[in-house]
Amino acid sequence: MLIRVQSEVFDAGAELNAFAQGRHDVGAVVSFTGVVRDTQGDLQEMQIEHYPGMTEAAISAITQDAVTRWDLADALVIHRFGALKPGVPIMMVATAAAHRVAAFEAADFLMDYLKSRAPFWKKEIAADHATWVAAKDADEDALKRW
Amino acid sequence: MMNVMYFAWVRERIGVPQEQIDTQAATVAELVQELTAREERYAAAFADVSALRVALDQELSEFDAPLAGVREVAFFPPMTGG
Repeated sequence: MLIRVQSEVFDAGAELNAFAQGRHDVGAVVSFTGVVRDTQGDLQEMQIEHYPGMTEAAISAITQDAVTRWDLADALVIHRFGALKPGVPIMMVATAAAHRVAAFEAADFLMDYLKSRAPFWKKEIAADHATWVAAKDADEDALKRW
Repeated sequence: MMNVMYFAWVRERIGVPQEQIDTQAATVAELVQELTAREERYAAAFADVSALRVALDQELSEFDAPLAGVREVAFFPPMTGG
């Protein structure tokens, strides 16, 4: 299990290669990368605030849960904080399992839980406004799937 | 003394990221009442607690949870990670 909370940019491809390398016990590696999206065409940056200490603890607990539940060989979570420009990666998850269904499901579960249970808050900064991103009911509802 | 932390728009409304609070509040809800009575900026932040979440010693909790033995309380809006 590898968990990193950082302000620095990361290379999702290089991270995935390193994660997948040298494993003889897995048949499936799934990854997801979240990218800063400019929905209105005016986004200057996305500011991501977090709760140091609780962030790492919450991500560890969620990831451990996924590893146990889907019997994963390994899992990776990287999540950034700070001021991020449109088009750059915010976060990634990767899962490694014997079979693909477990790897896909565990990655999906991790994303649902990280979105609503890891203490991060996004603020969109544009030329003429600064807006905290509101949590969606659909995000909370998504947790009920699991 | 209790360390009370605020994040995102709660932090902006209250104006500080954290502060030491001397309180006898038995529950989170009582602490919220105490803070709300202090100053308008707290009242503005806690106007609708259904829009807020609370963590006790870095674990998500509830507003009716007891504060006995708790060292750190954090208030924040629903999380928007991922």
